[in-house]
Amino acid sequence: MIHLILANSGAGGTNLDPLFDEAFFWILAVLAVSAALAMILVRQAVHCALMLAVVMLCLAVMYAMQGAPFLAFVQVIVYTGAVLMLFLFVVMLIGANSAESLKETIRGQRLWAGLAGIGLAVLLVVGIGHAAIGSAAPTTAANNTDNLTGLAQLIFTTYVFPFEVTSALLITAALGAMVLAHRERSSPKPTQREVARRKIESGQVQPEPPPGVYALHNAVDLPARLPDGSTTDRSVSTAIAQRDVQLGREPLDTEVTDLSVEERIDAERQLETGARGSEDQ
Amino acid sequence: MSPAHYVFLAVILFVIGAVGVLVRRNAILVFMSVELMLNACNLAFVAFARMHGNLDGQVVAFFVMVVAAAEVVVGLAILMAIYRARKSASVDDANLLKY
Repeated sequence: MIHLILANSGAGGTNLDPLFDEAFFWILAVLAVSAALAMILVRQAVHCALMLAVVMLCLAVMYAMQGAPFLAFVQVIVYTGAVLMLFLFVVMLIGANSAESLKETIRGQRLWAGLAGIGLAVLLVVGIGHAAIGSAAPTTAANNTDNLTGLAQLIFTTYVFPFEVTSALLITAALGAMVLAHRERSSPKPTQREVARRKIESGQVQPEPPPGVYALHNAVDLPARLPDGSTTDRSVSTAIAQRDVQLGREPLDTEVTDLSVEERIDAERQLETGARGSEDQ
Repeated sequence: MSPAHYVFLAVILFVIGAVGVLVRRNAILVFMSVELMLNACNLAFVAFARMHGNLDGQVVAFFVMVVAAAEVVVGLAILMAIYRARKSASVDDANLLKY
């Protein structure tokens, strides 16, 4: 199947069977459009990124179907691989738990945006409908050789100057990202002595208790028990506590007074030691 | 499929991206919508390259991808800087240039 799609010798750049061609196109088109719609409707930023990945992968397959295997792979590697991972990184850094407010700050913005979108769609469809878009050209000298060879010849002859400018652009972008993401340190870095002194003064020398210490389970959302039997919420990450609130659970629901649980754990411990003892013998 | 089908699909995706830019509040999602529009343009370029039977459209799509990658890198860095300063990624909150 892959070599069917990637082979680049038939009419119009592919030698897919016309039936396959049509079926693939409609499946991918429906998938891409519904994923794109979901992308602008879903609230969570991570879900949006995943929907965008679906659209991009659909487009990659379409490039391959249209006799552009090189672009298909660049699409998968650069877009789905690099750009979307960058998006996901930034979503994780800043936007993962900042739910978008649904309050409209501009009155009727959604309505007008939808109307503008429909208007743009009508304009473009009518314009393109009037244009004479022919069927795929038969294979010519440009694309009946290997796609990669043809692209390389074009990039390094006709488009060699834009190609060079692109490298300058990439270097500028990398430098710009470094400059923009760099944070100036407003205060001098604390030395080890200062850190130690601050810890002693704060009254807590040891690190924060990890979740699950002295508790019945060592799950990360279970706060640690202090030696006096009380629980401390400092041992649970605030993100997890927020998630518990979102899911409607009591975040600090930890006081297990159920005796049967205690008994069960005791029984499990006895079983475990018994098994260990039998292994030793 | 004839290239016209691909061009119309590109139009639909472009419009969805444009509506996303207008509707979404979170700057990251606005960026994602812009990426969707760029992808739609690429699809149209590839379709036109196939229609004309030469590879120039594919080369242009390739350059669009490079420029989009550079744009995303700088844009997300700006977003990070704004988030650090204002603790918000909403496009409504960044209105300081107004005054």
